[in-house]
Amino acid sequence: MSVTVFIPRDTTALALGAQQIAVRIEELTQDHGDPIKIVRNGSRGLFWLEPLIEIETDQGRVAYGPVSIDDLPGLLDAGMLNGSQQHPLCQGLTEAIPYLKNQQRLTFARAGITDPLSIDDYLAHAGFKGLNKALQSSPQAIVDAVKTSGLRGRGGAAFPTGIKWQTVLDAQAKGGDAQKYIVCNADEGDSGTFADRLVMEADPYMLIEGMCIAGLAVGATQGYIYLRSEYPQAQQILNQAIERATQAGYLGENLCGTGKCFHLEVRLGAGAYICGEETSLLESLEGKRGMVRAKPPLPALVGLFGRPTVVNNVLSLAAIPYILAEGGEAYANFGMGRSRGTLAFQLAGNIARGGLIELAFGTSLRELLEEYGNGSATGKPLRAVQVGGPLGAYLPESQWDTPMDYEAFANIGAVLGHGGIVAFDNSVEMAQQARFAMEFCAVESCGKCTPCRIGSTRGVEVIDRLICNDNRDANLLLLNDLCDTLELGSLCAMGGMTPNPVRSALHHFSEDFLPKLPSSAARLSGENDHA
Amino acid sequence: MSAISAEDLTTINTLVERLKQQPGALLPILHGIQEQLGYIPSAATPIIASALMQTRAEIEGVISFYHHFRATRPGRKQLQICRAEACQARGSRELEKHVQVRLGIGYHQTTADQEYSLEPVYCLGNCACGPSVRVGHEIIGKVNPQRFDQLLEQLSTLPLEFK
Repeated sequence: MSVTVFIPRDTTALALGAQQIAVRIEELTQDHGDPIKIVRNGSRGLFWLEPLIEIETDQGRVAYGPVSIDDLPGLLDAGMLNGSQQHPLCQGLTEAIPYLKNQQRLTFARAGITDPLSIDDYLAHAGFKGLNKALQSSPQAIVDAVKTSGLRGRGGAAFPTGIKWQTVLDAQAKGGDAQKYIVCNADEGDSGTFADRLVMEADPYMLIEGMCIAGLAVGATQGYIYLRSEYPQAQQILNQAIERATQAGYLGENLCGTGKCFHLEVRLGAGAYICGEETSLLESLEGKRGMVRAKPPLPALVGLFGRPTVVNNVLSLAAIPYILAEGGEAYANFGMGRSRGTLAFQLAGNIARGGLIELAFGTSLRELLEEYGNGSATGKPLRAVQVGGPLGAYLPESQWDTPMDYEAFANIGAVLGHGGIVAFDNSVEMAQQARFAMEFCAVESCGKCTPCRIGSTRGVEVIDRLICNDNRDANLLLLNDLCDTLELGSLCAMGGMTPNPVRSALHHFSEDFLPKLPSSAARLSGENDHA
Repeated sequence: MSAISAEDLTTINTLVERLKQQPGALLPILHGIQEQLGYIPSAATPIIASALMQTRAEIEGVISFYHHFRATRPGRKQLQICRAEACQARGSRELEKHVQVRLGIGYHQTTADQEYSLEPVYCLGNCACGPSVRVGHEIIGKVNPQRFDQLLEQLSTLPLEFK
């Protein structure tokens, strides 16, 4: 009887030695009686268990993790290849691990289960069902299904996807041709986020299918995935997947033999955070500096190369195959209020059990931090949590019971953004985090708006003076004034939202901006913790 | 301006010829050159400008806008340290100090022996298992100062070619 061993090939698993483990297992099992088949699957997103090895058994897959290369002889001796659960690293059946079992996986249903490049695997797990439906539907019917689903853009701005598509569908392309474009924003630059990466590395055909459907919906025949250059593994997997999908007729001139057409290409960014902003991204795709464009005109009407363009985040496009296959209502049945469907929360930073958690909207931050995350990685009490990337607010413990949905977060002056959650333990110095927010803005500003370009540098200086207790009251006033200027005087979210982390740090952690006294040393050692 | 070999010039010309027809060709061209030569020599600018019918200033402007593109030859191994918040929460501030002391260079610098270049990076997408470091196309997680020293030892003893 042959044995199937799953060893992930996503960035996190590889960063922790999965490649060396795969090579070593092959060496160690050469004399094994039964043939060994090693499948390089995507990750399940349980990053605290990576590298997570799985063995196929009659009961389902049995998981072992986190495995280091030195654990392998012991694991093999303990009967790992037979699915024996004796070894202390055995996590039991993968599907029964509470972290995974308690999730509501729609977008990430296949992540870690399939070989990301196998079209057969994808088809065996309901792949291309949505595309087949879309190929038999009218463009308006596809757009209507997306509207019914209530899907809102998962990049952070949460704009209703169906309305954006309707605008592009109704738009008349200017110029001789009627060219329209689908652009996938895969410039996932927010620290603490990796959901887009996981889609692209674990289930690339889902994104390809979603983009194909978008093309059919609005009448676009060319798509681009604008991928950040910091994701070399995703680039390699996407390019291979596109090649295979084209050969199999799921991309190209004749989609599934229907005569309809959609071409797709990966374009690489070049390390500019601002290119996650959609108009800056379009400039970059056109081969220019990633300078933010004024809106209007909307990219939906005048987008890439001046043509009507859908710009959607990876997760928005990845949600589309499910919506088409199961219907808009099925998707809308998840979630709360105006936040429908599921959101991929990404638990990161100083957290014991970091990873991807896909749940319907409405769960609380505390539940994620405590029940999923199991507290900090260092064992010290958690103190501050930044939600929504570098432009998101730092939340103190008193706000951790806020339900995770767009409106509830907006009500406390915070953002959900792309669902990234970065936890800090009580060794964090919040004045330094506020300073970093300004520094990051100074490094990454495109330079178009003065408040963002220059205000951020001034912000670093003012915070430095505060930290040195130089002219405190005047500098506090100045910092608040500077935050107002950034917020009100910037074209895009880069300058407009940089005040979020700064103000929240000042407001909720004001003690960190006081001159360092012996008592702050006591706090650093965790003796006097308070949020 | 450092001189560039005839061979490198051919590489640039071939790439530009092959890629110039695509829509929005500039970034693919710059990526292609940097992938092959490790940087974008100033001699490439006029070639690209004339092929794309743009000014040299426009090309230079794009090269200087993006952190990824570099105009000087890098060290044989290119290290990036993630400076973003999720890695900070796991100790990257300590790591970056250690690395700079250990290599004797700051960010955007190359060691005197041309062995290592050091760059900051803002997120490698390995945010649950930081601090993260990138060497060439490889990303390495959970790097603390001790782990970094081991890594450095491997890099200096292995004849590995990281692109």
